[in-house]
Amino acid sequence: MTRSTRADLRTRIQDWLPKVVLAPSFAVTLLFVYGFILFTIFLSFTGSKMLPIYNFVGFTNYRRLWAQENWHIAISNIAIFASLYIVICTALGLLLAIFLDQKIRGEGVLRPIYLYPMALSFIVTGTAWKWFLDPGIGLERIMRLWGWESFSFTWIKDNDMAIYTIVIAAVWQTSGFVMAMFLAGLRGIDNEILKAAQIDGASSFQLYRRIVIPMLRPAFLSAFVILSHLAIKSYDLVIALTGGGPGRATEMPATFMYSYTFTRNQMGVGSASAVIMLMTIAAIMVPYLYAELKEKN
Amino acid sequence: MSAVSQDTAVRTGRVTRIFIYLVLLLFALFYLLPLYVMGINSLKPLPEITGGNMMALPKTWTLDAWRSAWSTAQIGVSPTGLKPYFLNSILMVVPAVAISTIVGALNGYVLTKWRFRGDTIVFGLMLFSCFIPFQIVLIPMALVLGKLGLAGSVPGLVLVHVVYGIGFTTLYYRNYYATFPTELVKAAQIDGAGFFQIFWRILLPVSGPITVVSVIWQFTNIWNDFLFGVSFGGTSQPMTAALNNLVQSSTGVKEYNVHFAGAIIAALPTLLVYVVAGRYFVRGLMAGSVKG
Amino acid sequence: MRSLFKTMLITGTMLAGTAGISHATDVEVLHWWTSGGEAAALNVLKEDLKTKGIGWVDMPVAGGGGEAAMTALRARVTAGNPPTAVQMLGFDILDWAEQGALGNLDAVAKSEGWDKVVPEALQKFSKYDGRWIAAPVNVHSTNWVWINKAALDAAGGKAPTSWTELVAVLDKMKANGITPLAHGGQPWQDATVFDGVVLSKGNDFYKKAFIDLDEATLSGSDMADAFDRLIKLRSYVDNNFSGRDWNLASAMVIDGKAGMQMMGDWAKGEFLKAGKKPGADFVCIRFPGTQGSVTFNSDQFAMFNVSGDDKVKAQMAMASAIESPKFQSAFNVVKGSVPARTDVPDTDFDDCGKKGMKDLAAASSAGSLFGSMAHGHAAPAAVKNAVYDVVTKAFNGGFKNGAEAAKALAEAVAAAK
Repeated sequence: MTRSTRADLRTRIQDWLPKVVLAPSFAVTLLFVYGFILFTIFLSFTGSKMLPIYNFVGFTNYRRLWAQENWHIAISNIAIFASLYIVICTALGLLLAIFLDQKIRGEGVLRPIYLYPMALSFIVTGTAWKWFLDPGIGLERIMRLWGWESFSFTWIKDNDMAIYTIVIAAVWQTSGFVMAMFLAGLRGIDNEILKAAQIDGASSFQLYRRIVIPMLRPAFLSAFVILSHLAIKSYDLVIALTGGGPGRATEMPATFMYSYTFTRNQMGVGSASAVIMLMTIAAIMVPYLYAELKEKN
Repeated sequence: MSAVSQDTAVRTGRVTRIFIYLVLLLFALFYLLPLYVMGINSLKPLPEITGGNMMALPKTWTLDAWRSAWSTAQIGVSPTGLKPYFLNSILMVVPAVAISTIVGALNGYVLTKWRFRGDTIVFGLMLFSCFIPFQIVLIPMALVLGKLGLAGSVPGLVLVHVVYGIGFTTLYYRNYYATFPTELVKAAQIDGAGFFQIFWRILLPVSGPITVVSVIWQFTNIWNDFLFGVSFGGTSQPMTAALNNLVQSSTGVKEYNVHFAGAIIAALPTLLVYVVAGRYFVRGLMAGSVKG
Repeated sequence: MRSLFKTMLITGTMLAGTAGISHATDVEVLHWWTSGGEAAALNVLKEDLKTKGIGWVDMPVAGGGGEAAMTALRARVTAGNPPTAVQMLGFDILDWAEQGALGNLDAVAKSEGWDKVVPEALQKFSKYDGRWIAAPVNVHSTNWVWINKAALDAAGGKAPTSWTELVAVLDKMKANGITPLAHGGQPWQDATVFDGVVLSKGNDFYKKAFIDLDEATLSGSDMADAFDRLIKLRSYVDNNFSGRDWNLASAMVIDGKAGMQMMGDWAKGEFLKAGKKPGADFVCIRFPGTQGSVTFNSDQFAMFNVSGDDKVKAQMAMASAIESPKFQSAFNVVKGSVPARTDVPDTDFDDCGKKGMKDLAAASSAGSLFGSMAHGHAAPAAVKNAVYDVVTKAFNGGFKNGAEAAKALAEAVAAAK
């Protein structure tokens, strides 16, 4: 073998190597994500009940899905939950991040305190909050034991208010993480810009509104994406906190999909709801990904 | 990557600062409250919980509940406590986190430094795996694992977690490596360094912060997973499944102190990771994902 | 990269091997009996099998009356890796049999004569297409009311035997300043109460509505009346009931904070554990108006298709051990239920247990033994959950009146059939 052909071969291998390294991940994604999505779409058109069966029934499952009262409850709940959860988490995360960014003494202690709920699993979060919100043993009782006899807080037992307790627990769990993202964004802003604006006589409030917050756009986008997908996927917390109750008052699309597929033996209807969920996720994610990735190139 | 951690240059007045401290402390209390409730109640004997104020400090301090949760509580037919399940979780989490992080790093490296036509589309497609609800994939995953002969085994569970983790790890590393000057890679290439050499010698040494983010993220998600563990774990059920069995018992006296102790034990590894590595977490986020 | 992955997998497998070594002669058992008494009772079975050289691989999945366990099971069956035996209720067993997932226990059943000793009503769920597929463990009867004796004495002292008497007692208790009815707001608990209400309107009515799922009966005026009664019962429950576990509701009755609870015979265990004596501290009666009738559910171990002679042999041995009178007695004494075979001596049971065994035998021969809708023994899961939806909504004040609820019930059942 001559020197030049060997070099040739080496270059060729070097050319191929990156793709070879990436290939397994890509193949796995194609199968385990897109293959499974296609499988779910397929199931939604079959009469599957307990286990997958492969008889085609057209749009029957979709008609049955939209005829279910539970599904309508789930849709309106996710609308309430997702909008409150995203808005509150973002606002709170931003506020805490801005405050923490003011040369705070003890930041090293406060930050892990804000962040740690993200480390806990749903069983832990759910059990703790279920306890704390229960009128019989939690907050209401404590306040009464401390002498505030008329204090009443029964949201978790109330058909109309229970959904808001899920918002509270969910905000508790993720707002610290959002704070960390904004804090990272704030620390990345060049201080020279701020100093220049201050010299120009801008107040702190103006400074944040006009300069800092607009510069945090990427952090806002990341937070929005992470929060919205957590909201649509929210299953664990609901089950641990209210079990979907009182009645079916806190039913969500994810709990609906799970119960129809696995406990109600109506896999076809469950798959149809899964397809609707996936379409919603795609509707949020695809434009975002498109904009982000296009911008980079 | 570690240079930019100074605070803002915005100045604030004295009254504002007091207000800021107050708000920050108030929220610290809000975040700590559930942990406090679980902590102190796990140290009480049971009658003190059912009969007393859940915010009050224990009258009798006892570690019995912790001992019981760890080694003697009834989980299934045998009173083993959470101890054996802890090991199961470790055996699953460590390889799953390691593999998904390594794969993510290599993917990020390829996608930023060895770009090819269509790489953005490949990346975009891979990202979608972050957003798929896990309940949806349960049945097809069972079919595939059955075909592979990996059902009900630790390797099967590791595979599942790797598959749904590489989307995140790839995202982290890709965004991180994107800020790394490509000229250095090009120069090394001209010097004759190969694909893995460049990765090993040039990129890996600066990957500390983002590796922290990736490991924390993966560790937390996999450690806390219940659905996959209980469905595909077979006989080596993870910690979350055992904790669920502990707190969800359908009959008998609910031993809340044991439940709380168990919940904290199950959460200890992730808590530890967050507290110890928390400061690197923000730094890593700043360097990588936020710019996503 | 690939070889690294492979190495990891192999290492993982080896490590996993040490965590759960499984011999060919093991039985792997999926169940949700994870709490003290039940788990201890199951341990009797485990020890028994050990003496026969059969190992027990435990796979407990608690939560939601077995819902999580059923999800895990589905994943395992889909993967072609089913457990040996699975704790299961009612129609779930038949559904799995229909999928062809269950084995055949005829060899054991024939030689031990199960056909003669297991009540007819149970066999309906233990047999499919004429062959035995599951080994019944126990029979629970669900139409019981548990009353605090002191509270009852303060309310006149006479245990109610009809709806009117029940309402009178509840009103008295309310006037005495306690919560008359202790209840936990979970769909299955709401449905358990409703089972009693429907049965109190007559055996035929219960059968037509819940077993035959007759549409006219479901939407008729009697059903409207049943819902009105349910809504009436709601008014005796405290406002903090939603999501409460049933045993916490029992505790309210035990402590005298509440007057009574409508719950299956498993509630007895809570009273006994608290040191209360039947007759002296608490009274157990049938749901007023259902004397002589019994709604039941039965825990069974469904035996799945396993491959390999050794495994089948171990499975058969397990089935045989479950049906042995010794285990039936030992388990049910602890669990508070009644043995699943009629020839088990009642010597080890307490008075309530003895009464339960007699009631069951009597109801069985009189034809007034019905599967419980709330516990999946009257109709398949899809229908059961549709009933749950309507009952829970009615209990939570979602309907103006009973007639509206009855109409919704008929529609929901028709949609789920």
